[in-house]
Amino acid sequence: MKVELHGIHKYFGNNHANNDITLNIPAGTIQGILGENGAGKSTLMKILSGFIHADGGEILLDDKPVFIQSPANAIQYGVGMLHQDPLDFPPMRVIDNFLIGRTGGLFPNRASVAREFKLLAEQFGFFIDPDSYVDVLTVGERQQLEIIRLLWLGARVLILDEPTTGISASQKEKLFATLRILAGQGKTIIFVSHKLEDVDVLCHQVAVLRQGSLVGEAKKPFETKKLVGMMFGKEISLGARQVVGQQGGVLSLRGISIEDTRLKIKDVDLEVHAGEVIGLAGMEGSGQGSFLRACAGIVRPVDGRVKMRGRDLTGKSYHVYKRNGVEFLPAARLEEGLVPGLTLTEHFVLAEKQSGVFIDRGRGLRLAEERIKSFNIKGMPVSAIESLSGGNQQRALLSLLRDPLSLVLIEHPTRGLDIESVIYIWGKLKERCKQGAAIVFISSDLEEILQYSDRVLVFFSGRVSQPLDASTTTVEQLGQLIGGKGWAS
Amino acid sequence: MNSRWVNIGFQLAALALALLFTTLILLAAGAPPLEAYKNIITGAFGSFKKFSDVLVSWVPLLLVSAGLLVTFATGLWNIGVEGQITLGAIATTWALRELQGTSLPPSLIIFLAILAGMAGGALWALLAGALKTFGGVNEIFGGLGLNFVATALTIYLIFGPWKRPGVASMSGTVPFDEALHLSLFPGLRLSPWALVIAIMAIVVIYFLLQGTYFGLRLKAVGRNFRAAYRLGVPTWQYMMLSFLICGALAGVAGAMQVTAVYYRLIPAISSGYGYLGLMVAMLVNYQAIWAAPVALFFAALNIGSIQLPIVLKLDSSLSGVLQGMLVLFVLIVEGIRQQLSRRS
Repeated sequence: MKVELHGIHKYFGNNHANNDITLNIPAGTIQGILGENGAGKSTLMKILSGFIHADGGEILLDDKPVFIQSPANAIQYGVGMLHQDPLDFPPMRVIDNFLIGRTGGLFPNRASVAREFKLLAEQFGFFIDPDSYVDVLTVGERQQLEIIRLLWLGARVLILDEPTTGISASQKEKLFATLRILAGQGKTIIFVSHKLEDVDVLCHQVAVLRQGSLVGEAKKPFETKKLVGMMFGKEISLGARQVVGQQGGVLSLRGISIEDTRLKIKDVDLEVHAGEVIGLAGMEGSGQGSFLRACAGIVRPVDGRVKMRGRDLTGKSYHVYKRNGVEFLPAARLEEGLVPGLTLTEHFVLAEKQSGVFIDRGRGLRLAEERIKSFNIKGMPVSAIESLSGGNQQRALLSLLRDPLSLVLIEHPTRGLDIESVIYIWGKLKERCKQGAAIVFISSDLEEILQYSDRVLVFFSGRVSQPLDASTTTVEQLGQLIGGKGWAS
Repeated sequence: MNSRWVNIGFQLAALALALLFTTLILLAAGAPPLEAYKNIITGAFGSFKKFSDVLVSWVPLLLVSAGLLVTFATGLWNIGVEGQITLGAIATTWALRELQGTSLPPSLIIFLAILAGMAGGALWALLAGALKTFGGVNEIFGGLGLNFVATALTIYLIFGPWKRPGVASMSGTVPFDEALHLSLFPGLRLSPWALVIAIMAIVVIYFLLQGTYFGLRLKAVGRNFRAAYRLGVPTWQYMMLSFLICGALAGVAGAMQVTAVYYRLIPAISSGYGYLGLMVAMLVNYQAIWAAPVALFFAALNIGSIQLPIVLKLDSSLSGVLQGMLVLFVLIVEGIRQQLSRRS
């Protein structure tokens, strides 16, 4: 199906998220949409798939102007969207998930639908048992389920939002093969990504968004350099690697084993030194999350000993770790890190040491003003924390760290942030290292890991590599290890 | 500033809508609405004596609302507050029964009995808290269950161990000696002590929630349990503490009902003040500063509507209709306001 967008505008408050975007996508095309986080890609796709409505402009499907009211309405027009986090129902069976978007009929005929499901799945070489529960599927399999479901509902335009995040290399190959088959059948594929290499191998044509505007379009073959220039508006350099001189041990892990419902990590030894940065790489859910939380006392190891500066903290709670100079910064900022409804000032007051019974408002305000300035947070002392943008929330989270600290554990320190914030936040973290703190962090951005770490641990389905020297490791080597290649069996 | 006036406008609209719907109900029941409202107003404010009766009803309502502001701040729906009032009353009655024969001075006995009521309410609340914290039972279900247990316990005591000599009756236990009553203003049913305790309670809670580290931590726990823990707040301990405070205040409300109003344990000793307190807390949007006037308004509706059956042959539950309508419309209007502000 031919998709045309004409002069799409969308405002969120003062933020012009989509500014006059016009795109023509012929049937049978794989269209790439490239752009940094916050460039307006998702907004545009949500408009096309009926999640939100445009403030201006029009959408034409096969030359007919349409008004797409809701996602259900979109699928009637043949437009289906695959979200970054699959919008499915994990506690339910695959077959029930499959049935749920279908309208009409009081009693679904499971047996015949299961046959149709199998037929569709086989066509693309997917192997999913319709009777299994969704929560045991991998992210890649859930994606496959969603693709079949949308096709079954009659999708002729398939939008995929960052589909290659969190799936394995082989699943990615299968996904790309599937998308090529679908394009061959005349279906239109819109592939949203900020990963150049994916766009490069898959797409026929690409549109680049920056700060809400369409800044350029290109057809295969692509010139990578030009695309990068369009995406960022300038050449970005992260600066030279910075190594902080290391002193004495901070964290010592001896024979740590961790078990959760899905994974087992066995017998890890690690010494972390003051001033050192250790990056944890791996596909999402390979065990690095549990490992990081075990270093904070949030997850209890089933075996082994954890020592902080020589003190045995095995089995103690996070608050004991905290008193010993450990801080954990979660990726889910508004879920685990900050308290929505409280102001910036109230956060600083909460995080500081209590003095007396009554809160000294003046002191809290001064503290807030000082931190807002030194961490360059765009917000007021009285701003509710949830009203800040993601980047500013992350800065706020960092500004809440106390002095002095021995160990900072961070999940995805810069996920979803623009490049300037990334450089700024790492500058602040490196300052901490100079003051004698060690940092252990998780990231799915391999370049971030190599750029900022001294040593790297790679996780693959519960296995943990020996520490690698970041200065001599390449992105390719790291990528292979993450995908499960090159491990001694 | 502008948005504040808009807010007040919305609240007034809610009040108007509640009145409108209550009027419709009155018309459907074939009663003259204006006459009914006039009766409520004169019933509550017609004389100094009547207004003092409003204050009698205000005391337990204010105590309970103050306590509920604390549990709401911590994000807890303490439905069990009814049972906590009842247990406060039971514990007070128990202490008075135990001590009335001793040679202790009556004022000390009353003081100890109120403390016992406080402890009784707190204990009942801690039970709901422990069920939630250690048993994973939602405080709404736990509290509701405990309310039934508390009612059953009251009935058992009145018809069993504490029954009146001769014949047990729904009118309650044997009234206490006048020496064990909280002293009243001359000629009124209002006790200055009760009034002072209730006002003190709301003032303390206001400052607790507004200006202390303790209050800020309670709010943090209520708004985001996990982030509060990460920021170093001992979360389950704070939850238990907020149950404890609410239960203690509800217990005092129960103690006031025994020592200053009924002078005995009666079956419906909590008189629905717990549920009414929940409505007050919701209506003031969990802000302590508005709790006192709104509780006074509710108490006035309660007392004012006592007139209705006598004068207009209407049931006095009309005040409940109006109160319920008010809460519903305030919540609806608030929801509409949020939707509108999101759209613009």
